[in-house]
Amino acid sequence: MRRHFIAAGILVVVITILTYAVINFSGLATQMNPVAASAQAGSIDALWHFEIIVISFLFALITGPIVYSLVVFRRRAGDTTDAAHIEGNSTLEITWTVIPLIFVMFLAYWGAYSLGETRRVAANPLIIQVQAQQFDWSFIYPEYNIISNELHLPVDRQVVLKMESKDVIHSFWVPEFRVKQDVVPGRITEYRITPSLIGSYKVRCSELCGTHHAYMERPVVVSSQADYDAWIKEQVALAVEMQKSPEGVGQRLVAENGCLGCHTIDGSPKAAPTWLGLYGEHVTLADGTVVTADDAYISRAILQPAADVVQGYQVLMQPYPFTDAQVASIIAYIKTLK
Amino acid sequence: MKSFWRGLVTFLIGAVVGYALGVILEGTVTGSMKFNAPVASALAFLFGFTALAYLGGKHSTIFRGLFWQVIGTFAGALLVTLIRALSGKDVFGPFFFTEPAWVLGGLVGALAFLFGSGIMDDWIKWMRGIDTPEHHEERYSGFEKYINVSLDHKVIGVQYTVLALILLCVGGLFAMIFRTELAESGLQFLKENVNVFGQNGPQLYNTLMSLHGMVMIVSILLGLAGMMNYLIPLMLGAQDMAFPRLNAFSFWIAVPAGVLLLSSLFLGGFDTGWTGYPPLSTRAPLGIQMFFLGVFVAGWSSILGSLNILVTVVRLRAKGMTAMKMPIFIWSSVAASIISLTATQMIGLAFQLVIFQRLLGMGFFDPAQSGNPVLFQHLFWFYSHPVVYVFVLPGLGVISELLPVFARKPLFGYRWVAMSSLGIALVGFLVWAHHMFAAGMNEYLRVPFMYSTLLVAVPTGVKFFSWVATIWQGKLVTPTAMLFVLGAIVVFLLGGLTGPPNATVSTDLHLHDTYYIVGHFHDTIFGGFVFPFFAALYYWFPKATGRRMNETLGKIHFWLMTPSFLVLTVGMMYIGMLGMRRRIVDYDPALGLDATHLVLTICGYLIAISIAVFLYNFIHSIKHGEKAEGNVWNSRSPEWQVPSPMPTHNYDQPFEVVGEPYDYGLEGSKYVQFTKSASDAAGKH
Repeated sequence: MRRHFIAAGILVVVITILTYAVINFSGLATQMNPVAASAQAGSIDALWHFEIIVISFLFALITGPIVYSLVVFRRRAGDTTDAAHIEGNSTLEITWTVIPLIFVMFLAYWGAYSLGETRRVAANPLIIQVQAQQFDWSFIYPEYNIISNELHLPVDRQVVLKMESKDVIHSFWVPEFRVKQDVVPGRITEYRITPSLIGSYKVRCSELCGTHHAYMERPVVVSSQADYDAWIKEQVALAVEMQKSPEGVGQRLVAENGCLGCHTIDGSPKAAPTWLGLYGEHVTLADGTVVTADDAYISRAILQPAADVVQGYQVLMQPYPFTDAQVASIIAYIKTLK
Repeated sequence: MKSFWRGLVTFLIGAVVGYALGVILEGTVTGSMKFNAPVASALAFLFGFTALAYLGGKHSTIFRGLFWQVIGTFAGALLVTLIRALSGKDVFGPFFFTEPAWVLGGLVGALAFLFGSGIMDDWIKWMRGIDTPEHHEERYSGFEKYINVSLDHKVIGVQYTVLALILLCVGGLFAMIFRTELAESGLQFLKENVNVFGQNGPQLYNTLMSLHGMVMIVSILLGLAGMMNYLIPLMLGAQDMAFPRLNAFSFWIAVPAGVLLLSSLFLGGFDTGWTGYPPLSTRAPLGIQMFFLGVFVAGWSSILGSLNILVTVVRLRAKGMTAMKMPIFIWSSVAASIISLTATQMIGLAFQLVIFQRLLGMGFFDPAQSGNPVLFQHLFWFYSHPVVYVFVLPGLGVISELLPVFARKPLFGYRWVAMSSLGIALVGFLVWAHHMFAAGMNEYLRVPFMYSTLLVAVPTGVKFFSWVATIWQGKLVTPTAMLFVLGAIVVFLLGGLTGPPNATVSTDLHLHDTYYIVGHFHDTIFGGFVFPFFAALYYWFPKATGRRMNETLGKIHFWLMTPSFLVLTVGMMYIGMLGMRRRIVDYDPALGLDATHLVLTICGYLIAISIAVFLYNFIHSIKHGEKAEGNVWNSRSPEWQVPSPMPTHNYDQPFEVVGEPYDYGLEGSKYVQFTKSASDAAGKH
């Protein structure tokens, strides 16, 4: 019997190495994919690597003896007798209860430590507000009065995102940063990250938020401090410029209120009618009547979205309490979209 | 059989008439003809069932019940509509009736099914002081027996199993539709301009994806109930379950629940996933209400069924069958039943609160009214995590039950395996918040939930090690049933091992809500339920029918399904890490996942083909399979000591337990002894 144990033991070692090699070949052993772009990813990937080693070993420990038994101990043709009568072994049972118990407690300790690492607070973090809503992200830089649909971050400086949702639950996930955090209506959730690799990524909403959940993605750009400063400067200038014309004011209102989460300005379909070439066009409503998209119509569509529903769309929009002047600037902005 | 086809044909005719009427009705209101309008599909659905029930209903319980369900739905909806008309509110909604009308209608319809179909007849008679016979003589034979009320636990077990297989096919069909859509990035056929049942492509995708989840869950619960109902009284040596009428009730209530659940597809669908998190679910179309109601009603089936199983095990064991001499499947069923008896209420309540929030404006989960959306998640997962142990425990019991038979060795460490089931059930109650590590609950609370979650690995490990020790030195044979047992061990192992990275919080923050979770979850459920379920079907099929399923087709089924499934789930985990989120209709082509997704879709089709092979084998073998009336597997279990198919009232002579259940290899030992000789009983039959 000792011969069998040694042979099966060798099989376990071989399967362990093979399993690890296959996972390593797919690039998933030493780190989680894709490329790590945050300081927090370090401790997460280290824990992952340890878990992959353990998974490879345990996979082999169970499948090795089963495969060995299937081949070596299988019923030979003509044999009708039963196998050896072995009912159990309390020492073995206690062993494989206690060792895993100690091991999982160790793993949980490492998990808690690794969690602590991802939450480590650095001095003087950059604070950015994040607004999530169906089906778009907007990012507000309170120091500069900038609102943008792109999240620009300087490399190697900790940033704290103060995240709010206007409607349903969303989740902020940049795969390269490893960490994700839900954005819950009625409260502010916090996302702390230290970008460590210059590059362009995307934030992808990972909590189902409705029909166009799949498309709730926006660019996240990690750049050098100099490039970041240049972008801020450009955005500040743009914001000042926009305040000078009604269509600029309208564009800002549109950004602040996340209108482009459902409406598009390039003619492509989304959860709501596109604004490209909307002004002055004929619109078919759900009840079959055709109206012209003039000031009165667009104004009513903003203030009472359920009043005139465009054919083929569902009413997802809540009424927005804009002043007449604000509505006029939004209409001025829509007029520019031809 | 004839009434089945007649029912189907009338259903289709009714559906066409209802659809035409809906189109005309919608046309007269809006002035334009639309062939994909929601009113038409809703009416088609209602009329279909009415017609089905009208012609088929004279004869069998199922059609009579469905007929009354439709009448009840109309009556409830009309009542609300009348009240609304009198109080000057909107009378008609986008789906003909308004939402409150549909909800009350749905509930009344489910109740009407129960009263109308005659399941409660005996109870009603008792209330009026009329006695009913203890044993109903079987009024029906063959196919008819299964579409009518029967109090025989074996018939109910088969009813559960067949309904589970039907729902498995429906849920699988939904999966194939959206798996096809995902074969490539971009929208293939579920496009924006598609309009089916009033839903555009992405919305329909969400509906199908959400329904896939819940239909499969109900299917699993029914499949488990099927196995437990059929096997437990046989293994205990009982004539029937403790409460045969409650048993029938538990099954039949699942039928209107299934109808309610599927009706959500026609009533606007819903886009929340099976989790139904508010606030999304408070804004979803009407379909979500039907989904909530369907789950609520199905929950009754689960609660009452598990109560019945617990009482049966406690009260109806054969002489000499002490706790540590029960077949191991019973231990795992007891553990699973404890969970479903005590946790199911939570999901019912959670969904009920959302129903109330939508209908009555009670802001339980609405932050604007001081409600808390995260509270829902706690209530939801307090059931929905333990329930995955309900899914897998009986399956693990099947593995432990069959291994000794095919290894010809005792189950290694019986007591440890039995207690590990209870251990899993107990720890399973303490881990629910690991689904919420990114949800925004208290940060520090995540750590204790990580510890408790990892603890589950200990009793699960005991099972694995005991299985390996049982197989070691066993003289293994591998008919199809055993192949599925071995497949179950490997697949469940993969599901178990991919769990710890989700348990440790920091790694989970990357993996949460990605395809990694989807792959991990499907591994646990296929390993813990689907594979053992197939093993059980191949293994006990001769017991129920007196015939075997075809071995060659069974092996084709196994060898087609297992590799495809492993590639499918491992591939899911792989793309999940790369950035593939859960529950999305489309993915960013820049992620470079198109090739992998195509492979996954092909695997999905291979699995579908293997299931088709199984279904053919299953249906064909009922009438034409090779005869197998004796102890085909040479098992020690009592149900195999009498001829197949099982006699109506189970054992003609009671048996007594005189040994251990799994003493294979011990000369001259026996598990059970019939009070008169067993061969006598066999000869007489």
